[in-house]
Amino acid sequence: MESTTGTLETAPYQGQQYETAKLSWRDKLASKEWVIFLLFVTPNLVFLLLFTYWPLWENIRLSVQRTDLLAFTGTNEFVGLANFEYIFSNRTFKLVLRNTLVFLVASVSLTMLSGLLISLLLNQKLKGRTAVRAIVFAPTLLSGAAIGIVWAYIFDPRYGLLAQILDWFWIPSPHWLDRPEWSLPAIIIVYVWKNLGFAAVIFLAGLQAIPQDLYDAAKIDGANAWWRFKSVTLPMLSPISFFLFITSILATFQAFDIIQVMTDGGPAFGSTTLVYYVYQQGFGEAANFGRSAAAAIVLFIAMLVVTIVQLRFTERKVHYDG
Amino acid sequence: MDRLSQSQQQRISSAVSYLGLALVVIIIGLPMFWMLSSSLKTLGQIYTFPPRWIPSNPQWSNYQEAWNAVPFGRFYVNSIIITFFGAGLQIINGTLCAYAFAFLKFPFKNVLFLLVLAALMVPGEVVILPNFLFFGNKVREWFNLDTNWINTYQAIVLPGAATAFGTFLMRQGFMGLPRDVLDAAKVDGAGHMRTMFGIVLPMAKPIVITFALISIVNKWNDYLWPLIVTRTVEMRPITVGVRLLYDAEGNNNWGVIMAGTTFVVLPLIIVYIFAQRFIIDGLTAGATKG
Repeated sequence: MESTTGTLETAPYQGQQYETAKLSWRDKLASKEWVIFLLFVTPNLVFLLLFTYWPLWENIRLSVQRTDLLAFTGTNEFVGLANFEYIFSNRTFKLVLRNTLVFLVASVSLTMLSGLLISLLLNQKLKGRTAVRAIVFAPTLLSGAAIGIVWAYIFDPRYGLLAQILDWFWIPSPHWLDRPEWSLPAIIIVYVWKNLGFAAVIFLAGLQAIPQDLYDAAKIDGANAWWRFKSVTLPMLSPISFFLFITSILATFQAFDIIQVMTDGGPAFGSTTLVYYVYQQGFGEAANFGRSAAAAIVLFIAMLVVTIVQLRFTERKVHYDG
Repeated sequence: MDRLSQSQQQRISSAVSYLGLALVVIIIGLPMFWMLSSSLKTLGQIYTFPPRWIPSNPQWSNYQEAWNAVPFGRFYVNSIIITFFGAGLQIINGTLCAYAFAFLKFPFKNVLFLLVLAALMVPGEVVILPNFLFFGNKVREWFNLDTNWINTYQAIVLPGAATAFGTFLMRQGFMGLPRDVLDAAKVDGAGHMRTMFGIVLPMAKPIVITFALISIVNKWNDYLWPLIVTRTVEMRPITVGVRLLYDAEGNNNWGVIMAGTTFVVLPLIIVYIFAQRFIIDGLTAGATKG
């Protein structure tokens, strides 16, 4: 194998002859494309099968069994849909679904709206905008656990940063993390703060891809700034907005570390979302694997529906373009 | 409108824009500033209202105290091991897989590619329970072991060793490479190993580096799975470890706790300062083209 390297550049033809003459069984096998394909694809596929697809199937199995802590000893009892019946008739789970929905709608809309506003700012020729872009994006990369702890201090109703800022406007600080009605809003604030930079940067890329002559044409037609935004910017941004919308929903479904650190889902399940419920049922005091698995399947189906909607829309768009 | 001249209008609008930029920097930067400034405060300075913005005599001892309150040294070692192997495996698996799907022929290749892509729809959060039971139980039956793998590095790393996203991202990047260079390599009789390492990877360097950085950041910040699968303090990564500090300090010694959170975010901030361009450009390229 090594010998081909040197000869090829000076005398390619001779080099090839030399190569074919000395092919061993290993070289022959290696020259078969399908062998290399399998060699390259197998590691990734094996890990996916072992830790994504197989556990997905296991999850379905677990969800129709009663397998609390006894799972380790291997005695499982088939209970049909009892776990699903339990969670859907359970008041806590209804609260969990409501929390998840509120969290999704508020986080995604606020993140996208603030991201769009910031991207419009950054799209102007202002001094220092690259530095601002870098700062805005930074929280996206930081550990949610660490960020959650910092914000728990910021939300401290007596000595926190937010209490100080609210005090400037003579507003008393709510007890953010100790009240069921305030804990979810607090988490939404942190979540939006952490993720708006991602939305801003993606929107900015979309804005910069809009051809300038569209604006010039609109200007010639006498369109003012607002009209140009409405008739050029927004429609041109719609594919990327849709992409952001879907990825934000999927990411928000998975939000865990901030909640775990700041409120532990509480108080009184006030900030327990679907993914947090899966964790609590499986690994909290309840340790009810069947219910955890059933909730995980509800989570999976919800995310699957979102993904299918995305695929449908993307397909239509592709079709539209020809 | 008519009374203001064009240049006046422009000046006002740019002033508004700069004001907006300043507001954005304050909203995003203030919590970070608060973390750093509080990490240098004494308890007395923490418990004063109105709060102090910049501590008068910086308490560097807070960092020492945080380091000693929980084993941060050990947390760093764990996080570095997990990140190194976790991201390393993802990068290797993703690159090889992406190369195969981009350039090699195979029957039912598209079906296999769909199988990889469909994994994007199954996030790790959905399968935590079966994966936990796998390492706690099944792994012993399957490999005939004496002990289970709960609380081991392999249990933390292996479930995240594959990557559907990376395969997709890098395959896109590889397929965007100029075809004639690759054809030239084929005519030259270059094997696939040489084509990959000599031509494809050097040319597709930006996309590979982008994915590597995303992977490193994700592994460093990973929280839920290591929280579940580790049992002892000695095995916790730094993200879970800082939670222990938070619990240990009983929600009141904020100076020390903020020093601890600084330990967690500092390595990433340093990486970000040097690799900011790659991360942002790579992510936006992935979003706008994908």
